[in-house]
Amino acid sequence: MRGTQLFLAVMAAMLLVFGIGTAIGNRIAARAREQDRIAWARQLNLRIRVGWVLVLLFAAGFALGEAALAVLFAAASFFALREFVALTPIRASDYWALVLAFYVVIPLQYLLVAGGSFALFTVFIPVYLFLLLPVLMAIAQDTERYLDRVAKMQWGMMICVFCVSHAPAVARLSLPGYDDRGWLLLLYLLLVVFLADLLAVVASVFWGRTPLRWDPTKSREGVLAGAIGAVVVGTLLWGITPFRIWQSTLMSMAIVGASLLGSVVLTAVERSLGVRDLTLESGVPLVHGVLGRIEGLAFAAPVFFHLTLYFFAA
Amino acid sequence: MKFLPPLVWLARLLVGAYPRWIGCSPTAAQRIYFANHSSHMDTLVLWASLPAALRANTRPVAARDYWGRGGLRQKIAEEELNVVLIDRAREDSSADPLDPLRAALDHGFSLIIFPEGTRTPQPLPGPFKSGLYRLAQEFPQVELIPVYLDNLHRSMPKGALLPVPIISTLRFGAPLARIEGESREAFLERARAAVIALAAERPQAEAAT
Repeated sequence: MRGTQLFLAVMAAMLLVFGIGTAIGNRIAARAREQDRIAWARQLNLRIRVGWVLVLLFAAGFALGEAALAVLFAAASFFALREFVALTPIRASDYWALVLAFYVVIPLQYLLVAGGSFALFTVFIPVYLFLLLPVLMAIAQDTERYLDRVAKMQWGMMICVFCVSHAPAVARLSLPGYDDRGWLLLLYLLLVVFLADLLAVVASVFWGRTPLRWDPTKSREGVLAGAIGAVVVGTLLWGITPFRIWQSTLMSMAIVGASLLGSVVLTAVERSLGVRDLTLESGVPLVHGVLGRIEGLAFAAPVFFHLTLYFFAA
Repeated sequence: MKFLPPLVWLARLLVGAYPRWIGCSPTAAQRIYFANHSSHMDTLVLWASLPAALRANTRPVAARDYWGRGGLRQKIAEEELNVVLIDRAREDSSADPLDPLRAALDHGFSLIIFPEGTRTPQPLPGPFKSGLYRLAQEFPQVELIPVYLDNLHRSMPKGALLPVPIISTLRFGAPLARIEGESREAFLERARAAVIALAAERPQAEAAT
């Protein structure tokens, strides 16, 4: 199939699936009466909304090219980091470190991705910024909780900017026999991550015996069912990837595994930063925010990027 | 659908400006919102966090010596925020600096005031000036709403030109009751305590910053 036809086909499928999903989600939300049912419907609809973000992202990426994708993920990094910083003990004296992080590092990192300079984009934050941030924060001569502040700032940069920037980088990989299809590979990654999360929430209602300690809206059985579902769909999507069918199964498993671990880790991070209860209707922006939505992707994107680079790149 | 004014959009992009209505709800009642003042962003952020219908009817009170010096800043203050300028430096010693505020209240506007009178770049507010007390006495029908602005001292510390993005929440408390025969000092201290009490409502554990 040629590019445009492929785009239209995938787009139509996504619109159909998400349209049905939204209709069902709204119906469930309208019918929910009990407290936990309402909370669950809210979690479900939050995730379905992410599906529409995918559709928009996909359309923009196709229409405007891969540079536009970099801009969209840069925005995600920006909002996620903004939420992360609000939860850390970073102080007014760290002002210049924050200026650097938001106004220099984020644009530069995504410029490197868009320009395809892989050698630099994989070391820019873990090496250069790793060394520069503590310098800036030490020059301010405020040593109260210094290591605490530096460490949390660097954690935020790694998760919100470095890890997330691997997603648009997937679209920039040059793979033999797979020219100008980078956006499809990115879509593959996003869909598998998204479906593992969504299907887990849905399945948890039907097999909800043991709620997860880190995320009470999901059960252990539901997560397993969601993971299997996402791997099955990922396998069936092999047609839009450069992989063979069995390779696509393994890749989906790697993506689903990494994104599960990502949400375990980031939930622990959020808890330790003091967001009390993730199911609470507290108005804490984090819970509805970008950080909670990118947690799986933050782990899955670098893993998928490097696996593909190692095994499939020219 | 109406598009957000660019200033509101900018405030939300940078600092989120998430309102949490803890002790009252956003209604059309005439109000004086009084808040802690820790950065130049405060006026804009508090105003931007209000629902559009309330925003049109709410005027921030701003110092003439900062906002009224012409140029872009004054343009923003007058055309977008619709501020009431207050003569903090008392250039004309015969006039009462509160007169423009009284006029605005007489016209039915709600006001946003920062009773510390100047910025305190710390989490908790300093002592309040007496203007709030006098307005409370003269306009007994106007609700006095304490507001606590979180995180803005981190977003734009004193001397900084550019705000950095940090999520900030605004907590709106219950209307301050008026107590018959209360002294000015006691009233101002009670008002300040109401703002500080909202500071303790922070959802995050790391309140020590």
